[in-house]
Amino acid sequence: MFELLGVPPQALFGQLLLGLINGAFYAMLSLGLAVIFGMLNVVNFAHGALYMSGAFAAWLLLEKLGLGYWPALVLSPLAVAALGIVIERTMLRWLYQLDHLYGLLLTFGLALVIQGLFRNEYGSSGQPYQIPEMLQGTRNLGFMFLPNYRAWVVVASLAVCIGTWFLIERTKLGAYLRAATENPALVQAFGINVPRMLTLTYAGGVALAALAGVMAAPIYNVSPQMGGDLIIIVFAVVVIGGMGSILGSIVTGFGLGVIEGLTKVFFPEASNTVIFVIMAIVLLIKPAGLFGRTA
Amino acid sequence: MMAHSQALTSTGTPWHHYVAFAAMAALLAAAPFQVYPVFLAKLLCFALFACAFNLLIGFVGLLSFGHAAFWGAAAYASAHAAAKWGLPPELCIVFAVLVSAALGAVIGGLAIRRQGIYFAMITLAFAQMVFFFALQAKFTGGEDGLQIPTAYPRMALGVLNLRDNFTLYWFVFGIFLLGFLVIYRIVHSPFGQVLKAIRENEPRAISLGYHVDRHKLVAFMLSAALAGLAGGTKVFVAGSASLTDVNWPMSGEVVLMALLGGMGTIFGPVAGAVVLVSIEDFLAERAGAWVTVIQGGIFVLCVLAFRRGIVGEIARLIKKPL
Repeated sequence: MFELLGVPPQALFGQLLLGLINGAFYAMLSLGLAVIFGMLNVVNFAHGALYMSGAFAAWLLLEKLGLGYWPALVLSPLAVAALGIVIERTMLRWLYQLDHLYGLLLTFGLALVIQGLFRNEYGSSGQPYQIPEMLQGTRNLGFMFLPNYRAWVVVASLAVCIGTWFLIERTKLGAYLRAATENPALVQAFGINVPRMLTLTYAGGVALAALAGVMAAPIYNVSPQMGGDLIIIVFAVVVIGGMGSILGSIVTGFGLGVIEGLTKVFFPEASNTVIFVIMAIVLLIKPAGLFGRTA
Repeated sequence: MMAHSQALTSTGTPWHHYVAFAAMAALLAAAPFQVYPVFLAKLLCFALFACAFNLLIGFVGLLSFGHAAFWGAAAYASAHAAAKWGLPPELCIVFAVLVSAALGAVIGGLAIRRQGIYFAMITLAFAQMVFFFALQAKFTGGEDGLQIPTAYPRMALGVLNLRDNFTLYWFVFGIFLLGFLVIYRIVHSPFGQVLKAIRENEPRAISLGYHVDRHKLVAFMLSAALAGLAGGTKVFVAGSASLTDVNWPMSGEVVLMALLGGMGTIFGPVAGAVVLVSIEDFLAERAGAWVTVIQGGIFVLCVLAFRRGIVGEIARLIKKPL
């Protein structure tokens, strides 16, 4: 058995892969946060709770209706998007004229409610979720064993991120979105239904979170706490990357996931805090964030 | 925005503040004869914590979502000084205040480099870092937390035996009043007027020649130190410091206290803390697991329909700032 930098390659590449996967979730969540913030001026604290809801929806679909992973990959984000529409229509829309703080406080309250409800119903211990049959097993790459499911998560989430980038930067709908971010009144004057766009943006953003939740379900257990701690790390990712650029969010998300994975190999004590340390350094050197515009 | 109608040119203390303060002090002085004093002492710690938090959000317009870091770090510092060094309570609390002020200087110094909503996210992230530190470091006792040993002589200032529930309450009451008056003094000082100017219009404050960042940092450190005063004192009420003190739900709780009582009012955070801690205490036995859901519900209701908070609404009714 050869070693790389004093670490067995299986451990190194294993953590690297796990880092990529975490990075994929950071990227998908921070992307949703950035799109929602850009349009609605709301920092969606409920994002982590909705990610958790997505994972739970997949688990419930399997337990109650016998629907497996692939249907859940579509149905669970749709269900969470529907919840998002309700939240936006009944609560968030009353806050657009107010200070941004109130959006954060409201969604924080929602996160507590959602998380609390799931914990009361299903307890704090995690529920296991099977890897779909098609993606079970591993493949031998010579230097490491690659679990098929993990490879799928990295590829699929990268595709989703690039798809989102394409939708926003290269399509007509995306152009409306970007225009409405810059000047909603003018876009409305051109006859585009801006309130409906706001609703759909929120629904789309939280659907991304739910999709990440479904993908995470077979890797981590499905538990009510899975979103609470994650959202704080995603906030740090957003501060590091800045919310100005879509590609920036994706790159920052994946990059920080990998750095975190490497820290787990070489300096495990710091793996929980490395992202916050990077945030401190970025704040010192480039306060607006790596891809941020100085506002 | 918040209900800030405080006249920027006020000179001297308006008479209705004396009345409100006297009413509050009288209520708190009478309370231990009706209610369990240790519960009240805990309540006062939270009230001071909420006032310290409100100093930032209410008077500088900075939303710190990481105040659990200062409360928790102070609790650990105070418990450590008592359990390992055997310092008397008052010195433990002084040490706790110094620790949280230093932590406030570091976190505040970094967080004020960004504005608005980012400020909230940065403080939250750094507080989570402090949480992980408390989880992993040796001296914090990890999941167990730090207990004050039973052999520790709980004699404050050499004469106050804190084992006696009433003495404990008067001790905490004194600290609370001290902290409250310090905050009142800060808010109504020339320094406080500059803070309010920054809250109202930061670019204008800069163009008038004020060192906005320096003012923000000092305000942040003061808020952290006062939160530390509350957290360090709380250890002698609860008998321990634990991970709950430093975790993010605690940061949310203090935000909710200020919101419910009235952000930007002097007396609001005290009212918010009284109501919220009482609700939680009432529910803890009856609805255990539902406390989080109910807290979240109060958050949502306050933001949607009750943004002035309890004291803010009263102030609007009597048309005087409280």
